[in-house]
Amino acid sequence: MADLYEVENLHLSLPDMTRKPLFGAAPRIEILKGLSFNIPEGEILGIVGGSGSGKSTLGRALVRLLEPTSGAVRFDGDDVTHLSEQALRPMRRRFQMIFQDPMSSMNPRHRVGRIISAPLRLHGVENAREAAREALDHVGLPRSFETRYPHELSGGQRQRVGIARAIALRPDFILADEIVSGLDVSSQAQVLALLERLVRELGLTLAFISHDLSVIRRLCTRIVVLHHGEIVENEPTAELFDNPRAGYTRELLDAIPLPDPDEPWF
Amino acid sequence: MLDGRSQVRRRAGPRLWLSGGWLTALALAAIFASFLSPHDPLAQDLFLGRMPPFWVDSAEPGYFLGTDSLGRDVLSRILYGSRVALTVALIAGTLTCLIGASLGLLAGYLRGWVDVVVSRLIDIWMAFPPVLFSILLIAVLGPGLISIIIAIVVIDWTRFARVVRAEAMAQGAMDYPASAQVAGRTRLSTMLVEILPNVLPTIVALLTLEMGIAVIVEAILSFVNLSISTDDPTWGGMISEGRVSIYQAWWVIVFPLITLFLTVLSFSQLGEGLKDRFDPVLR
Repeated sequence: MADLYEVENLHLSLPDMTRKPLFGAAPRIEILKGLSFNIPEGEILGIVGGSGSGKSTLGRALVRLLEPTSGAVRFDGDDVTHLSEQALRPMRRRFQMIFQDPMSSMNPRHRVGRIISAPLRLHGVENAREAAREALDHVGLPRSFETRYPHELSGGQRQRVGIARAIALRPDFILADEIVSGLDVSSQAQVLALLERLVRELGLTLAFISHDLSVIRRLCTRIVVLHHGEIVENEPTAELFDNPRAGYTRELLDAIPLPDPDEPWF
Repeated sequence: MLDGRSQVRRRAGPRLWLSGGWLTALALAAIFASFLSPHDPLAQDLFLGRMPPFWVDSAEPGYFLGTDSLGRDVLSRILYGSRVALTVALIAGTLTCLIGASLGLLAGYLRGWVDVVVSRLIDIWMAFPPVLFSILLIAVLGPGLISIIIAIVVIDWTRFARVVRAEAMAQGAMDYPASAQVAGRTRLSTMLVEILPNVLPTIVALLTLEMGIAVIVEAILSFVNLSISTDDPTWGGMISEGRVSIYQAWWVIVFPLITLFLTVLSFSQLGEGLKDRFDPVLR
């Protein structure tokens, strides 16, 4: 299948404002150190790594919330690496993002209906209101939720609204950045099952960022392991779990808690 | 499962009613001063000088709050003085808010060079002592209502700019402006549609506070005779005149002071009350 995303030797550095001298530019920290990988259409790619490994930065570079320093990001054949915000705008409906903390990523003053339909209106979709309701159906929330404020929902419901907003535009690609890490285990399972179903029904390509390998294992077809801004492993899921090559991957695998408490624990 | 905060019903409460009531009454008094005033606020009658308020035995009927040393009716002068006070509060407060909040919003959301310019400007501005600065401004511009308003705007825009900048910065660091960007919203539109409504409660609270401050500044300037012409009654002018005869006629200074105090208090309480009402999370 064709590659939706091609990432080539991606470098990204950000200015370190804590060490900025009084005059002159702040020193730059290199966060992504030359990443290359592809995301084929229809794949569910897991991006794992510890905190500070650059996985969120990589995600934000993919949806161009951040501009890479060098290298190339091609989306469906188009080079989006250094496109201006204005040039990106019409393309944005094709790649959407679900944020980690829905409380922070939804305007607390807007009702759910408006939150979901805003991207639709911005891209001139007709009947945005009805489309937003359909998106609510898709994520299994009652249509009556459109008049609620985000703070009136539970964590799991809120993240469903986040998913509804991302799929409402019918994008080709969705980036999910640690979307279940703020939820309790049963909500996690529900949101993951929902995401799995939507990917299948809507033919989405998904990049799923997480620090939790057990979540990734259940969902993803391929896994990229990041460590200190570099890719240490890029394998199909089964391969990675059966035969982890990099030492860091083994450490991550060992960190998965297994349900085998020993006798004295009780 | 609902967030518990949504179930907390915030009531308007006596604070909002009392402050709103006082300001409404004052606004009516200012508009209908010519009907409500028992006497001409400028009419002097030296035979009726320093008459005490109504509950004192030697009070002159018809002069409800007594008269000053020139025999002018204190109540009528307070009523007419509220015109100046409220005009300054509304116009100067609104203009200060518009200018200060716009600069603060731009600096806090856009960051970069806009922020550098606005922040340095604020730093420089705050190094000026405000009262002396306003007296200097009036001296240059000449006394008059417009000069007072300009002086207040020029001095106080930093109050809005500072607070709104910090608030806009905090809002900009949340994820919802980023999600607006992912949705394809322009920066300007994000600032106005996403950020501004979240900064609005702060702006409203500051606006009413600023109106109270404008009333005080106007009183201070009238007190030092730098307000509008000395003929027109102003609260600050009355306080200044009453100061001279405070031992013989305390009512000349006390009643305008009470009015001033209640007005400024009402403005700030109204702001606090409105801020709570505006917040959908607290509402």
